[in-house]
Amino acid sequence: MRSLPSILSLALVAIAGVAVAGTVNPARDAILASFAATAKLVDPAFTGFSAERGHAFWTAAHTGGKPDTPSCTSCHTPDPMAEGQTRAGKQIAPMAVSKTPDRFTDSAKVEKWFGRNCNSVLGRDCTATEKGDVITYLAGK
Amino acid sequence: MKRLALPLCLAIGLLGPGVHAEGGAIVPPIEHAATLKECGACHLAFPPQMLPARSWKKLMGDLANHFGESASLPEAARAEITAYLAANAGDAAIAKNGRRFLRGIDAAETPLRITETPFWQGVHEEVPNPYFTSAKVKTPANCAACHRAAAKGVFGEGGEEE
Repeated sequence: MRSLPSILSLALVAIAGVAVAGTVNPARDAILASFAATAKLVDPAFTGFSAERGHAFWTAAHTGGKPDTPSCTSCHTPDPMAEGQTRAGKQIAPMAVSKTPDRFTDSAKVEKWFGRNCNSVLGRDCTATEKGDVITYLAGK
Repeated sequence: MKRLALPLCLAIGLLGPGVHAEGGAIVPPIEHAATLKECGACHLAFPPQMLPARSWKKLMGDLANHFGESASLPEAARAEITAYLAANAGDAAIAKNGRRFLRGIDAAETPLRITETPFWQGVHEEVPNPYFTSAKVKTPANCAACHRAAAKGVFGEGGEEE
C-alpha cells in the first residue's frame, strides 16, 4: 500500500515541475524583489513591474546614449527569442528566459550588463523600475 | 553564421606573404580566465601580442567609451586584465612574434585597433572590403568569422579548423 507521505511527495514533485516549466526561479525572484524594494523607495506609488512597459522599453529608440546603440534591439534584435549579435559580430544567446533559462539569475551579471548597456543606450543608469520591467518582460518570453 | 562566412573567406584565396607557421598557432591561446570571460563576452579575446603595452593600457583606461559602447568593469577585474595584456603585449619580452606584429608602428603612436596596424593591414590587403562588412562578418574585428580557430591562436588563410 502506498503511504501518505509518498503520495504527498509525488504531488510536490508535480507542483515543482509546473513551477520549473514556468518562469519561477528563486534567484530571479530575489533579484526582482530587490529592484521592487528600490522602486518602492523611489516612488511609494509603485505597485509592481509590468511586462508591457518592459516590452515598450525594449523596443524603444532611446536618446542620450551612444549613436550606434539607440535601442536594446540594436544588438538583441526586436525578437527576444532570437539570437543577437554584438557590434563586434559575436552571437548573443537569446534574452528570453524560455530560450536561455539562466538569464537574470546572477545578480552581479545583471548589474554589470544593465550598467554597461543602459549607459550605451540611454547615457545613464536604468532605474530599478526599468530593470524590473525588462526582466519581467523577458521572463515571460 | 560561420558556415555562411566560410565560403566567402575561402573564395578570397591567398592573402599575401606568409605570416603563419605551417597552419599552426602564431600566438599562444589565451588562458587567462578574466580576459577570456570579460573580453570574450563581446568579441574574440584578441591576442595581446598584436598591440604594444601602451595601447592596452590606454584602451583599458577608458572602458566607459570602448569603440562606441560602455564596457565598464569592476576595478579589480579591469586592473587584472590590464596587467595580463601588458605583460603579454607585442613589446613584452615574452611575446611570441611580437616584433612582427608591431613592425611599422611609430614609438609616438598608440594604436587602439589591431586593424590599424601595418601588420594587420599588410596581411589583409587582398581581402575585398565587402567581405568585412557583409552581414555575416559585420566588422574586421570579427576575426573568428574567417579564422575559425582564432581562439586557439591559429590565424590561417580562412576557414581552418585546426
